[in-house]
Amino acid sequence: MAVPSYATRGERIWHYVFLGICALIFLFLVGPLLIIIPLSFNAQPYFTFSEEMLRLDPAGYSLRWYEDFFTSSAWLSSIKNSFIIGIASTILATILGTVAALGLSNRHMPARGAIMALLISPMIVPLIISAAAMFFFFSKINLAQTYLGVILAHTALGIPFVVITVTATLSSFDTTLIKAAHSLGANPTRTFFRVVLPLVTPGVVSGALFAFITSFDEVVVVLFISGPAQTTMPIQMWSGIREQISPTILAVATLLVLLSMLLLTTLELLRRRSERLRGITPE
Amino acid sequence: MSQSPSVPLTTADGVPLKTSLRRAVRRSKVKAFLLVSPLLLFLGIAFVMPIVEMLWRSVDNPEVSTQLSRTVTALEGWNGDALPDEPVFAALVEDLREGQAARNLGLLSSRLNYEKSGMRSAINRTARQLRAVEPPFREALIEINDTWGELETWRLIQREATPYTLSYYLAAVDRQLTPMGEIVQVPDHLKVHVGLFWRTFWMSAVITGLTLLLGYPIAFLLTSLPLRHSNLLMILVLLPFWTSLLVRTTTWIAILQSQGVLNDVMVALGVIADEARWQMIHNKAGTIIAMTHILLPFMILPLYSVMKTIPPSYMRAARSLGGKPFLSFRRVYFPLTIPGIAAGGILVFILSIGYYITPALVGGQSGRFITNYIAYHMQTSLNWGLAAAIASILLFVVIVFYMVFNRLIGVDKVKLG
Repeated sequence: MAVPSYATRGERIWHYVFLGICALIFLFLVGPLLIIIPLSFNAQPYFTFSEEMLRLDPAGYSLRWYEDFFTSSAWLSSIKNSFIIGIASTILATILGTVAALGLSNRHMPARGAIMALLISPMIVPLIISAAAMFFFFSKINLAQTYLGVILAHTALGIPFVVITVTATLSSFDTTLIKAAHSLGANPTRTFFRVVLPLVTPGVVSGALFAFITSFDEVVVVLFISGPAQTTMPIQMWSGIREQISPTILAVATLLVLLSMLLLTTLELLRRRSERLRGITPE
Repeated sequence: MSQSPSVPLTTADGVPLKTSLRRAVRRSKVKAFLLVSPLLLFLGIAFVMPIVEMLWRSVDNPEVSTQLSRTVTALEGWNGDALPDEPVFAALVEDLREGQAARNLGLLSSRLNYEKSGMRSAINRTARQLRAVEPPFREALIEINDTWGELETWRLIQREATPYTLSYYLAAVDRQLTPMGEIVQVPDHLKVHVGLFWRTFWMSAVITGLTLLLGYPIAFLLTSLPLRHSNLLMILVLLPFWTSLLVRTTTWIAILQSQGVLNDVMVALGVIADEARWQMIHNKAGTIIAMTHILLPFMILPLYSVMKTIPPSYMRAARSLGGKPFLSFRRVYFPLTIPGIAAGGILVFILSIGYYITPALVGGQSGRFITNYIAYHMQTSLNWGLAAAIASILLFVVIVFYMVFNRLIGVDKVKLG
């Protein structure tokens, strides 16, 4: 953003003040996430920087909290649970959501607005309400405290993300491409695999990633409907924060920040790929 | 090529075009609906039925009518002016004996205790001495516990014999029914919910305001930069969005607590004295700071998508027509961003009033939301009817805002990242 040539002196000053304000807001956004990374290497069991750390003394740093994490059976089994539940509910949500999105993007779809509002509602209804409601209902039909119960609950929570991303992808899908493929001699199967699928896949994959992270990060519903056998990583963190604050939490948090960076990069690459395939390039 | 208007257009096999089109549209409709139906079915079972179950629980009142069925029958026709007669007491003894055998008197006594304190101990004490009770039961029961000699007790049993009740909703708004059937406020020391509802709403409004204040400049900056740079900065906005909620809450605990990073820095800089460290967490400030941070991306993204559609030439035109920078912004640019402000504002507000995790972890006593009370009644007081009633009220508020949002913006316009 350059200052226009006709800007007055006051405007120039304001321009730099504005950039300064924006920098501070970005610091507020990202700083807290970055600050826990060095904190997680603290040799002391505190949530703050020790003097040794500030002097950059190697003695102030250690990997003990990571060691703690990777040798604790409670943490490891919770990771396993998180992945089992996350992957299973992502697969279910992606299949159901993608098929539904195909129907929703049909312009003859009846009651489209109402159905869309219903499909998005798990994202809008506060988690504590969904959790309480699912607890009542799932206990009644013997699904509470089972893996299946948690997986079904997380599928419901992940569906809106899949529906939103896939319908968005499909709405920008140019159907003349299919006709073009046909006219160039491709049969329907070939058209689907060579033309439709590559264009739609990025949307489906990013929907699936959203669904996975929703499940992977979800605390409240699991807190209400799971039994001790289904303890997930967020639950482990939740009880860690509430009961015995130890910097192991910070080590886990750092790993999760790295995971989210990885996911975000994947998404960004997917977006670029899809833009390239559609012939939209950034200016 | 022109057809005579009297001859209807037909397809090759002789079907009128109109009919053929109608058929094709119907086929297409059915196909679309069939594609959506598995998901509708799934959400119906895994999401809608639980919500319906919860709404039902908030009015369900089975305890008295099933567990005291004989007493209720015997009370029919009792006018409430004098203590009931012996047959009613005899029926009560029989009901309690049966309840004791089935070991479900706990549900009944808790239910009645919500309405009139002392009922739990009255029922428990009576149940313990049931074996030795001999007729006349009326005198015997009053001997065991005075409660049975009070008109109020019997009026309560008579009143709660209905299969549905509104008393959980009354309790959720700090009201109760008197023995005479009037709705009154509960004593002051028991008033919690209404205050919490209001606190949830005003704190959410503050959080929404703060996210707008911080989000607006960022969205503006993102739109005015060339796409290549703004994409990079966008990642900084999306990173917190993608990071675990618990991580973001934990990091605020690390920063804000009294031995935390921010206080340490302030002490080191000499801004505050070591013994006067700021209390920024486990209170309202903690909740507001952490939630503003967590919800900020939800404000920036809708603002950004609206601002992106405003042509920069509008501001240049305003300036060239003689508008001072601030005036041009206020009269030209700002009004055009109002749809984005509405979208982001409603979204953040809806998400905020339903937040549970963050207020529970950093809110302490004073920064708690109504959601924390839903959890409290679910897990600690075990008054599930009340939890369901509070949740239903909150759900109603959220749905109202959701419908406004849907009307204004449309859910299908929601974009993720």
